[in-house]
Amino acid sequence: MKKKYIVIIALLTLISLPAMAQGATTAAAIPAPTVNPGDTAWMIVATALVMLMTIPGLALFYGGLVRRKNVLNVLMQCFMITAIVSIEWVACGYSLAFGSSSGSLAPYIGGFHWAFLHGIHIGDLSPYFISHSQPTGKMVDGVPQLIGTIPHLVFMLFQMMFAVITPALIVGAFAERIKFKGFVIFSLLWALVVYNPVAHWVWSADGWLYKLGALDFAGGTVVHINAGIAALVMALMLGKRRDYQRHAIPPHNIPFVAIGAALLWFGWFGFNAGSGLAADGLAGSAFLATHIATAAAAFTWAMLDWIIGKKPTIVGIATGAVAGLVAITPASGFVDVTGALIIGVVVSLVCFVMVAYVKPKLGYDDTLDAFGVHGIGGIIGALFTGLLATPAIQAAYSGAFYGNPHQFLIQLLAVSSTIVYSGVVTFILFNIVDKLVGLRATDKEEAIGMDEAMHGETAYTTFD
Amino acid sequence: MKKIEAIIRKSKFEDVKEALYEAGIEWFSYWDITGLGKSTEEQVVRGQIFQSNYIQRHMLSIVVRDQNLEKTVNAIMNAARTGEMGDGKIFVSDVEATYRIRTGETGPEALYNKENEEK
Repeated sequence: MKKKYIVIIALLTLISLPAMAQGATTAAAIPAPTVNPGDTAWMIVATALVMLMTIPGLALFYGGLVRRKNVLNVLMQCFMITAIVSIEWVACGYSLAFGSSSGSLAPYIGGFHWAFLHGIHIGDLSPYFISHSQPTGKMVDGVPQLIGTIPHLVFMLFQMMFAVITPALIVGAFAERIKFKGFVIFSLLWALVVYNPVAHWVWSADGWLYKLGALDFAGGTVVHINAGIAALVMALMLGKRRDYQRHAIPPHNIPFVAIGAALLWFGWFGFNAGSGLAADGLAGSAFLATHIATAAAAFTWAMLDWIIGKKPTIVGIATGAVAGLVAITPASGFVDVTGALIIGVVVSLVCFVMVAYVKPKLGYDDTLDAFGVHGIGGIIGALFTGLLATPAIQAAYSGAFYGNPHQFLIQLLAVSSTIVYSGVVTFILFNIVDKLVGLRATDKEEAIGMDEAMHGETAYTTFD
Repeated sequence: MKKIEAIIRKSKFEDVKEALYEAGIEWFSYWDITGLGKSTEEQVVRGQIFQSNYIQRHMLSIVVRDQNLEKTVNAIMNAARTGEMGDGKIFVSDVEATYRIRTGETGPEALYNKENEEK
């Protein structure tokens, strides 16, 4: 009986289809823009994946690398940044980064019109889109206006997670020796006056680097170079840890490092494959490029360890994987598998030299190599995007190896302007916060460990 | 009554445990110890080589009746030996008094189970 009914319903539907289609075409030439459920579902998942990168991914990665007396401090820093930057983002960060302002400031910073998400409604579609868009039905300057396919709120949330992880990356440079109060104020100010403008330059429709055509698919300049340079400045300004280069400071929990790196690798699929803001072929391609570059970088680092250090290490392969993830970030939506392989191998070679030879030689104490991996890896990635971007992925974009050498110069400009801005403003912020509340932990605090000194907690208690 | 304290390689712990069982020593305490010595161990972290002279070993602590001293020491010595530097050390000292908490027995009687011994 049931089957019969289904057949009848199917037949009725078939008969009525042409009539329905006719009705639609006569009713309106352009349908009203709607939310695309597929894109939206993927972007909500991608947002959660990017959140996973900071806590627990980065928190465990960094937490395992420090000494046992400092692990809670690092976890706490990651949690605290997640909390305060999320609030900062809805308060004004999103508006400053992705909003628009008038006059001569427009290319450099957004305004406050979206402060506290004022004017962003639940039904609004994202004004930002990459590969999926739809006409709104309005004309702007004689061309049909386009709009994205996901809710504006989802776009805002996705970007929030990027704003969260960026200052969290800097933690790697000053771990084991910073006062917690100073850290909180510094991180908040940094998110406000360094992250927001740079995100605006590169990703906002009004941004000056965006208009120049700088390519940064998922945050090589905005996230990694930005944080990496700030990390170098912080490491130099704070000075070395008391024990640095006096005796060995090996990681206290290498399984944490491995779990953290694996969670970063996993979450990064949201970071990169989500940056196309759609569930489509570009997302798949970015996923592929991300995975292959990371595999190549992890393998390369392990080989370097094996040849130079005699044995392949877990800390080594985990570091290589993170370096690969960093470098492919700006390129993931522009390069093919060959490009991804090249980026993966090159970034591990360069970062290995940086952390194994250059850092000890120069003597600065970048505790967990935030500069050596994120700064240098980000620069490699941004520059190689200018070389390896292929029109086979996104037809509109090609790099120097595909007949567009100009792109490399634009990338160079984007990289150097980010380095200068992040470096200078981080330097100023350090001095302000240091004068205000102090940043460097005392010798005594450092000796007993940040966990006990800053939080009154110990990670590995002796109680049953 | 004698107390035997032995520092042995962690890798030899299972062998020593077996040898002690065979010698009739059924209970003892042990713990992880870290010491400093001349031999160094190399650890490579992100391409940087750290030389560390921290040495990880197990320490065993056994209290025996005088009559069992020699066979216990021999059991440890034979089982823990590899012939290479760093095999460890054995220390023997006198024990003044022993009490078994459950029964209140004192002296050598507190160190063994009479019924088991008679079998």
